[in-house]
Amino acid sequence: MPKLLDQPRYKCAMAAMQTVQAIDKALPILHSGPGCADKLQGGNYGGSGHFAPRIFPCTNLNEKDVVFGGTERLRETIENALKVINADMYVVLSSCSSEIIGDDMEEVIRSFKNAEKPVIFASTAGFKGNNFLGHEWVVQAIIEQYLRPAAQKKKGLVNIWAGVPQHDPFWQGNLDQLEGLLAQLGLTANTIFGYARGIKNIDRIPEAEFNLLVSPWVGLTNVKLLQEKFGTPYLHLPTLPIGAFETSKFLRAVGDFAGVDNQKLEELITENERKYYYYIERFADVFLETRVMSKRFAVVSDAQYSLAITKFLVNDVGLFPSKQYITDNTPAEYQEQIRKEFKILNYGIEAEVAFLSDGHLIQNEINDTYFTGYPLIIGSSWEKKIAQKTQAHYLAVSWPVNERLVINSSYVGYGGGLKLLEDIYSVVLTRFN
Amino acid sequence: MSINLQVTAAGSRENRLGSITGYSGDLHDLVQQTRCGTLKEKERCFSQSSSCDAGCALSQLASITDVAVINHAPAGCTAGASTVMVHHTQLAAKRGVAYDTVFLGTDMDESDTIFGAVTGLKEIIIETYKRYKPQAIFVGTSCVSGIIGEDVDSVISELQAELPIPLAPVHCEGFKSRVWASGFDAADHAVLTSIVKPPKKKSNTVNFKNFNESARKEIIEIFSNFGVEPFFLYANSTVEELTHLSEGLATVSICGTLGTYLGNGLEQEYGVPYVKTINPLGIAGFETWLREIGRVIGKPTEVEAYIEQERAFYLPKIEAVKKELQGLRAVLGMGASFAFQVSRVLQELGIEVVWVASWHFDAKYDNGETPPYLEHLIQQNPNNLKVSVSDQQNFEILNILHTHKPDIYLARHPGTTVWAIKQGIAALFLGDEYKTFGYRGTLDFANTILDTIRNRSFEKNLAARITLPYSDWWYKQDNATFLKEEAK
Repeated sequence: MPKLLDQPRYKCAMAAMQTVQAIDKALPILHSGPGCADKLQGGNYGGSGHFAPRIFPCTNLNEKDVVFGGTERLRETIENALKVINADMYVVLSSCSSEIIGDDMEEVIRSFKNAEKPVIFASTAGFKGNNFLGHEWVVQAIIEQYLRPAAQKKKGLVNIWAGVPQHDPFWQGNLDQLEGLLAQLGLTANTIFGYARGIKNIDRIPEAEFNLLVSPWVGLTNVKLLQEKFGTPYLHLPTLPIGAFETSKFLRAVGDFAGVDNQKLEELITENERKYYYYIERFADVFLETRVMSKRFAVVSDAQYSLAITKFLVNDVGLFPSKQYITDNTPAEYQEQIRKEFKILNYGIEAEVAFLSDGHLIQNEINDTYFTGYPLIIGSSWEKKIAQKTQAHYLAVSWPVNERLVINSSYVGYGGGLKLLEDIYSVVLTRFN
Repeated sequence: MSINLQVTAAGSRENRLGSITGYSGDLHDLVQQTRCGTLKEKERCFSQSSSCDAGCALSQLASITDVAVINHAPAGCTAGASTVMVHHTQLAAKRGVAYDTVFLGTDMDESDTIFGAVTGLKEIIIETYKRYKPQAIFVGTSCVSGIIGEDVDSVISELQAELPIPLAPVHCEGFKSRVWASGFDAADHAVLTSIVKPPKKKSNTVNFKNFNESARKEIIEIFSNFGVEPFFLYANSTVEELTHLSEGLATVSICGTLGTYLGNGLEQEYGVPYVKTINPLGIAGFETWLREIGRVIGKPTEVEAYIEQERAFYLPKIEAVKKELQGLRAVLGMGASFAFQVSRVLQELGIEVVWVASWHFDAKYDNGETPPYLEHLIQQNPNNLKVSVSDQQNFEILNILHTHKPDIYLARHPGTTVWAIKQGIAALFLGDEYKTFGYRGTLDFANTILDTIRNRSFEKNLAARITLPYSDWWYKQDNATFLKEEAK
């Protein structure tokens, strides 16, 4: 059944073109109508990199193709893409139109088996699922169609899987910080998205000692597939670590899993926390004595940020959760486990959580909530209106984020917690009472 | 062929106006072929992602301040909802008016593609009305709804009896046109058929079709010299205001591509004169346009007095900066109307136009005539111009820039100028449709070009440190290599 998509907070599966785009020198080829990439790209999300939607080869399906089929269009588009554009990997993505008209794309892709560069295919018709799933399907296509088993595993090499590139405005900064945390543990991180990673890092995936998934649910099918295909174990940490409490927990979990020396681990955590609390101590007056900052907050975001920010604001900052909202259409099979995570908070605090993507309903609930002072609302650009209506302190952190520019900053780690406090208080300090 | 308001769809520009998106040649050949009716679309055997008509159609309608736009499509097609709404909220805030429009989708899924979704669509329209009480609801069609044959028209006509506001389908299936400007017509068609009412009286306003009304104050002031008021649309207009479009003294447009359907439609249905001259860009455009407005509204003397006064102030300043622009060479890539008209402005400023890349080309407008900017260019322009028509095909543009190495590249669409600077060529983004408007705009445009080419740090810094996506092989080919010879 169609449903009212009021304030979209997710896109369609073909937005996974951004997942491909985030892999250095990997080029999406779209078997779609002319407007898909343009619509999915959005505004200020760092879309003018080496490859961008204006560069993506696309069959630009027209009426004739829809009637007579578009496989020949696809074949000539791939053939010429290989000649015109230098890429290390070509990832063909299907669209609503090409799938409904029944084009046999796998057959076309098979004919490029002996091409100079790898040509792979992911089915990403928009009606089949949203962009969180589309991201998983692209990674799955790489695992199934490109990766080969490694001669041997490399001790200390860890693949990290986290937020969805470009859809998560902080994806690059977050990955950088996660890599840094692993380096502190003496491990070598391997990520495939972002600056100077690319195919060489994809090639290393099967060599890893284990896969580290830092995400409530997105990517779980991928690490399971890697276990099945290459025998690589995985560690699944649902909470993106923001601030001292979760980051120390993260270091212990990864350190234990990797067999890092316990004493070394504790020393490392102690030093990180001392530094973190040096800053907290210096600015505790601001946090405590800014009279307009109240205790109750609501996060309206994807599972990743709703969970991570709730943990941070409760366990590090001492705030109190109102009802929290998860807007990413989390598949039903993951919801119970995520709900449980919201009940593991300091002092036995439990946060109520709703899996709901209808912005109108969410904002009506927020409007009817008694916050005991100015609410703190963290969400997307869609929350600006309800924030104005409820006189809330408001920060946009997840898609869509229209009126804010994020280049490579991050909320991950000890420093990330401080950065989130900077951003929140930069809003709070704009009023006196 | 006249505009048909008895049907529910405007139809594509390819079918209605003989528009094309594939051509490479020159101005004289293009005009010759247009006149002889031999101009044919050339398909490409390689192409890059472009834009579709749904984007234009639905964002135009969403710029009205009190409506609901429902995109009957999977989630990705509605991904721009927030960008559109934030954009228009900002425009409304600048004016101090309310923006209450909502842009929604129907989130079609796999089962909808099998079983259809019209029942659900009907419920969604009713729920939208209950939630937001908009003054009109527009329902956009999509590739998916089009291919599976959803009967949106019937849903709308059934519901029209139940809901007390105008409802209209907006036919903008992305695969039906390569010309995204077909979407402007789809939006205008919906407004003409569902919103505009027959005139009760004649008003003192001139309907002014534009995008973002950045020159609003300036134009109100200009028109006050002639005793008339502009009414800007669609940004910051209300449904109630739009019902009175038929009462206007005349319709004008900042862009021929944007104005043809509504302007000619209002003239055809209600006798509101549509000013069909070249558009008010540059000096020749501004004066030609103003004089025609003066003629239509019966104020030629006032217009001449205004022109004389403004010339005295601006022309010496423009002449001074022109001296510094001598010898510069430019390539530009824009929608059809702007591409050819900004070419005219560049030549007024003494800049050599090396190549015009037009994102599409209309063989005629909705009055059945060839676009006036072509005749003007042919008559006033001693040089032939190299011309290509391409729906923002980036590989062709970079090939052209590589071959001709201009001093500056000018473009109007997001995501295009950046590629020129990556190739080390200074670029100017003309997002604001008033960037070359009138005398003031022409002077500012000239100054901005000068500032752009005098400090090339940004592009030189970037270009020195990156690689381009295209192969050496491609840069050695002709830009038209992938245009197929046979017509479609």
